[in-house]
Amino acid sequence: MITQRFFAADRRIGVTIVALLAAAIVVPLLDLAVSPQSAFYIPPYIVALVGKYLCYALLALALDLVWGYCGILSLGHGAFFALGGYAMGMYLMRQIGSRGVYGNPILPDFMVFLNYKELPWFWYGFDHFWFAALMVLAVPGLLAFVFGWFAFRSRVTGVYLSIITQAMTYALLLAFFRNDMGFGGNNGLTDFKDILGFSVQADATRSALFAASAVTLALAVFVTAAIVRSKYGKLLMAVRDAESRTRFLGWRAENVKLFAFTVSAIMAGIAGALYVPQVGIINPGEFDPANSIEVVIWTAVGGRGTIVGPIIGALLVNAGKSWFTGVLPEFWLFALGGLFVAVTLLLPKGIVGMWDSWRGRAKALRAASLAAEAGNDPQAPEPKIVRSAARTPGAWSATGPEPQPAE
Amino acid sequence: MSKSNTILYLDGVSVSFDGFRAINNLSLVLDKGEMRAIIGPNGAGKTTMMDIVTGKTRPDEGEVFFDGQVDLTRHDEAEIAMMGIGRKFQKPTVFESHSVEDNLMLALKGPRSIFPALFHRRSAAEARRIDDILGITRLGDKRDELAANLSHGQKQWLEIGMLLAQDPKLLLVDEPVAGMTDAETEETARLLKDIARDHSVVVVEHDMHFVRELGVKVTCLHEGSVLSEGTLDFVSADERVVEVYLGR
Repeated sequence: MITQRFFAADRRIGVTIVALLAAAIVVPLLDLAVSPQSAFYIPPYIVALVGKYLCYALLALALDLVWGYCGILSLGHGAFFALGGYAMGMYLMRQIGSRGVYGNPILPDFMVFLNYKELPWFWYGFDHFWFAALMVLAVPGLLAFVFGWFAFRSRVTGVYLSIITQAMTYALLLAFFRNDMGFGGNNGLTDFKDILGFSVQADATRSALFAASAVTLALAVFVTAAIVRSKYGKLLMAVRDAESRTRFLGWRAENVKLFAFTVSAIMAGIAGALYVPQVGIINPGEFDPANSIEVVIWTAVGGRGTIVGPIIGALLVNAGKSWFTGVLPEFWLFALGGLFVAVTLLLPKGIVGMWDSWRGRAKALRAASLAAEAGNDPQAPEPKIVRSAARTPGAWSATGPEPQPAE
Repeated sequence: MSKSNTILYLDGVSVSFDGFRAINNLSLVLDKGEMRAIIGPNGAGKTTMMDIVTGKTRPDEGEVFFDGQVDLTRHDEAEIAMMGIGRKFQKPTVFESHSVEDNLMLALKGPRSIFPALFHRRSAAEARRIDDILGITRLGDKRDELAANLSHGQKQWLEIGMLLAQDPKLLLVDEPVAGMTDAETEETARLLKDIARDHSVVVVEHDMHFVRELGVKVTCLHEGSVLSEGTLDFVSADERVVEVYLGR
């Protein structure tokens, strides 16, 4: 029974990875190699749009690692996403070179405009892609490490932790709005020309960025699944469910959380770095706490504590958002708020969790009716089977039992 | 009194919360290999005493030594657990979304840092140890069951099993039979007596039948200090104990 569920979960993750890898090949082909008259043609704007959603899905997956599996409700994950985005944006700015409006070969336009005489020290190195890529990982990772070090060591948990993550992203929002921070202030970084020597506007580059996003997401699914399935992953859920029990068993709960939080921030940073060249701009608005809260909604809608759930949630909610803001722009925020309330009340485990318990119930009913047909006592076993199966949807992804306080 | 040959040595320990003295000049000595039952009315400081020993609460004054030489007031929960003190909570606390087997696996003695856990593969020795503990706690047929689906009594046993998996020198067991049926209570007494053969054990319990079944030295706490100590018959014949319990 248990092993069956393991295989079911494995299969779902396998299918997701294969689907993402297939999309990475097929979508660019249908965009580039098929004539625009064909029914199979995918226009570039769809490629760019879905590419953007895939970055959001990666961000939601990152949040799920800490929220779904460790109970850390971060309301500031947008900060790590934006920092990764800024690191990529700085590389793209340096690639503009002398093609900017002011034609300065070293200084980006906004610096010329703000009377900078020379490049600030923290912009050094960003003309190299490898350096920028390193910073995409290092800056969000380091911030999460330092933040988590203090927060988890002082045993800040629950709603207090959520509030300080929110404060963190808000503080960064205010800081990045300042012109003298050296990140373009209000306008952020934009007018990108090239990435690795290819024009960011070209269809082929957009397709390649789409493929890169899909492959990265597939890799992230694999890594997250491997983490969650390891002994460490079990420990992570143990900390979520009974933190003091883990402490009295000798585990350092703060280190367990810190590792997951740092890995998650790095994933969020990568998502931001893939996002920026696809949308062509990064500005302080990305630090807006409301963005981070939206990520929480995607994850909740899809089903936290499942790996596929947040991806489905991010894709569905964002597709809904694109459609809604086209048709009924003024109602989108009401719809989003309503969705969150509805999911919290009606689908506490999200779409994937709902699907699992529905499947579990159907299977149990089928088993019970089979048993009845076989001439077994039809009344006695039935209610028992139904209950036990419904209570354990997808063993390893279970978010069923509520976290319990120790003692 | 000499600390050598003691597993647990508390001397003149006091702690107060917001002016309330939960523990008041408490002294308690447990010899190596001893099993001790601690009784006392509500608010006598039994659980606070365990909090102090396991590093959850720092005493305001007094000495707390483990194994004759380790000063427990200088260490935190995780360090104390690694030194070999296991603790069972009053309310059974197990990892409900994991199977019984995984609960034990997380408790098994071994390295407690992140990277070994990330790349951990179960060894044959570990599998054997888990089998042993499942046998001792009679949870063999529940191996793959989620801990959430266990009965109250089975959760208590699983938690005791997790303590055993830690391979501690000293077990602190807080109300192991609360909410158990008579049959389960007897079974638990047998289990603890088994464990006491090669571990030092402190049991906090209200249930006098259970304490009698254990048949060990009893310490009665009241208002944060020791009221009486000796065999159960001696303690229950003590005037002051009777007074505290019956409120005369």
